[in-house]
Amino acid sequence: MKDRSNPTRPGSGFHRRDFLRGSGAAAAATALGTAPTAEAAENASRLYGPGLTKIKLRVNGGERELEVEPRMTLLEALRYGLNLTGAKPVSSDGSSGGSTVLVDGKPVSASTTLALDVVDKDIRTVEGLGEDDAVVQAFVHNDGLQCGFCTPGFVVAVRAFLDKNPSATEEQIRAGLNGNICRCGTYANVIQAALEVVKGGSRG
Amino acid sequence: MAEYSWPKQGTAQLLGTEQDRLDGLAKASGAARYAYDIVEDEMLLARGLGCPHAHCKIKSIDTSAAEDVSGVRAVHLMKKEGDEIEWQGDLIAVVAAETDGAAVEGLAAIEVEYEQLDHFVSDDQLEAAEAADRTKRGGSNVQLENEPGDDEDEEEFEEAEIQRLLDESDVVVEGEYGIQAITHMCLEPHGSTCVWDGDKLLAHLSTQNVSGTAGQFAGPLGITADDVTVHCDYIGGGFGSKFAADAWGVACAEVSRQTGRPVKLMLDRDVELKTAGCRPSGFLRARVGADKNGVVKVWDSEHWGTGGANGGGVSQGVIPYVFDPPNRRRKATNIAINAGPQRAWRAPNHPQGCAMTQTAYDDVAAKLGINSYDVFLRNLSSVSNDKAAIYEEQMEIGAQLIDWKAKWHPHGKGQADGSVVSGLGMALHTWGGGGHPSSCQLKIHPDGGVETSLGSQDLGTGTRTVIGMVVAETLGLPLSAVKVNIGSSKYPTSGPSGGSTTVGGVSESNRRAAQDAAAELAKLVAPKLDAQPEDIEFAGGRVAVRGDSDSSLPWKEACSLLGMKPLEVQGVFDGRGANSPLSSSQVAGVQMAEVEVDKATGVVRMKKFVAVQDMGLIINRQTAASQIYGAAIMGIAYALFEERIMDARTGAFVNAELSDYKLPRLGDTGEIVVHLHEPADEYARGVIGLGEPPVISPGAAISNAVCNALGVRVPVLPLTPKRVLDALEKARQA
Repeated sequence: MKDRSNPTRPGSGFHRRDFLRGSGAAAAATALGTAPTAEAAENASRLYGPGLTKIKLRVNGGERELEVEPRMTLLEALRYGLNLTGAKPVSSDGSSGGSTVLVDGKPVSASTTLALDVVDKDIRTVEGLGEDDAVVQAFVHNDGLQCGFCTPGFVVAVRAFLDKNPSATEEQIRAGLNGNICRCGTYANVIQAALEVVKGGSRG
Repeated sequence: MAEYSWPKQGTAQLLGTEQDRLDGLAKASGAARYAYDIVEDEMLLARGLGCPHAHCKIKSIDTSAAEDVSGVRAVHLMKKEGDEIEWQGDLIAVVAAETDGAAVEGLAAIEVEYEQLDHFVSDDQLEAAEAADRTKRGGSNVQLENEPGDDEDEEEFEEAEIQRLLDESDVVVEGEYGIQAITHMCLEPHGSTCVWDGDKLLAHLSTQNVSGTAGQFAGPLGITADDVTVHCDYIGGGFGSKFAADAWGVACAEVSRQTGRPVKLMLDRDVELKTAGCRPSGFLRARVGADKNGVVKVWDSEHWGTGGANGGGVSQGVIPYVFDPPNRRRKATNIAINAGPQRAWRAPNHPQGCAMTQTAYDDVAAKLGINSYDVFLRNLSSVSNDKAAIYEEQMEIGAQLIDWKAKWHPHGKGQADGSVVSGLGMALHTWGGGGHPSSCQLKIHPDGGVETSLGSQDLGTGTRTVIGMVVAETLGLPLSAVKVNIGSSKYPTSGPSGGSTTVGGVSESNRRAAQDAAAELAKLVAPKLDAQPEDIEFAGGRVAVRGDSDSSLPWKEACSLLGMKPLEVQGVFDGRGANSPLSSSQVAGVQMAEVEVDKATGVVRMKKFVAVQDMGLIINRQTAASQIYGAAIMGIAYALFEERIMDARTGAFVNAELSDYKLPRLGDTGEIVVHLHEPADEYARGVIGLGEPPVISPGAAISNAVCNALGVRVPVLPLTPKRVLDALEKARQA
């Protein structure tokens, strides 16, 4: 390989050698929808990339610093930058719901969200819900999982849905949780898990 | 201990109860690490380049631009110039880079010059495949009550005899039936994360074959299997497609060795679907002769289909499915097309066999205008196994659960609600199961700790929990007291998870080990309690003299008698379960479906689905039921939604992404009722797996329900709105 200039790698610090600065690029920054850093907020005429940019993400209540490429998805940043692997890469187009995380309380697909786009937002992953979360517990007690690969995304989707619809009926649950795919076929038990959370009960 | 056995029926503390999975919390909280989730320092992310053409020859490959891409660390070729590629998605090269984006950019920069060759991707027209010289004999079989005379030509006799029997039948159904190829669609794609330590490889592999894949890495890498550890704590779906290290697993290890860095290579979704396995399609033409009661006397069929580039297809042995009329002729033809090769898919052959033939049986009922239930019941006299009585019981249970009697109407004669009509259908199935060879090492520590280790895997069936329950039951401990170690090839060898054999296998080895360990402990405890070892029992966390609750030691105290050294016991099951008191094989199942079909839109909606299933001794009632719920939903998927769509003009697999490959969502499955069927002698049969059987019947049951609703057979699964509308239109014109 000729190029050795980009030692960005999972689990280690990133270098900034490929970081490009430009001028007259306000449109680019605007297109990102948010200012990636406080510094950038003061100076919108910056172009990010194609190399690494240091950003801070608010994840699960804590501020985490990491370096990302502008093209890097939130999913990649979470998994390989922050070692949070609960959200799963299932499809690249968000059609499976496997990478669902909460951004400002709303469920989004981390695989179709750029990391730079969620700076200054509140990101909550399945790890942030915690083991005691009623939805997590209900999935366990109702066996709403088999292989478990879709489960973290499903758990977060159910959490978001029930936060918005705390008294959801079975009919509403069947209509409102169609963004997530499970191949093992756990839907019947997922419905029971969601209903259990609505009832505020736990089994036994 | 020479004699192994399960607790007397009714005396077990844990077996047959509902237990939450030992790894449920890890999975639900995101803590569970799959092969995809292994993150190593300095790890490179790799991607594979799939061939864009269905059939081509590689003229040249230039990787220099790819190597120049910023962040790219390795470009590894899996094909070379001159190689012929036989399906779209076959892997050409792997790029490993510092970031995923750089890997993608690297892939795009590889310049491959292809010479396109003629392709063929159609599998539903036998004559077209023959004309393209793409067919191969797939086997045939004839069974007739009468035999040819000494001077008669066998084939001529068979032809004449079949024709005579058809002529003499009260009713003859001539029909065409089919089921499209589908993929496994494991949500975690195939792949691995490979890490070298000197000349030793650690492969975090997404596999349903933990104990059987080390050698598959070692051979091509020029090392021996002892230098490979295959590790898999969790696998994100397999369904029969993940038994091997695969060429891309070896490539991942090679790139890792070459770069001196850990490498993760998981297949992209489209490559995954194109190259990592599919279930063969099947299309069948049948003539079925029955008497006026719907009892089939003669079956004559030929079917064809494809398992992809290597040919393959549905075995003739499952035609007609479960039913085996006294006179039948069946013939299979395999078609080779330019698509990725087949892999075992949950209950190989059976779902297609069921969907292509029990639909024809239902058409006999439709043609005679009699209740499908009665036709299935009357034909139980010819089932190919000894389960007729079980099927009859299961049919009665199923009919009650779905309210068959009240809801039944003759085909196409139901009350319409606007353009919506409803219908009922049923099907039945069989499967072997049994236990695979399995060894485990059970350790009881002097401080009371208990752990069992074996090179098994949890495909999603709850393997850990089953193992824990078996050991805890045997030692009289709570489930939480047993640590279950699976997922490493360094543990004692246990079989691959295929054919519904895992629960049988791991239960065998662990029950044996735990019973042997208990016998050893009893020898130590007995003198302390002034008893004989054979009078010692293990229950409620105590080791006690049977029938004397005052004479006992708490578990920990009993274990302290071991002294300094843990008690280690090897549990071995050689897989020959026929004479084992702990496991056996052969189950039956009946499923019934109720659907609504909108004749205006062609949309089929599931209203209710009932699955009645026997499975021998049930270990974990909760995960057993989950398996059946899951199978029903997977069945609804291939009955109504999913199929691989090949474009004849380009040879492309056009829907190889989750957004285009339609699967049912949570709101698409209707009400599902699972009944664990436990006839009186079921417990005594020991453990029998049930991963495969309940996924077999849904295709036929749902197709039959749709036919009952419409009065028209929609011949090919999945029953998409277009196929429904096409069938209605064809019937209108006829």
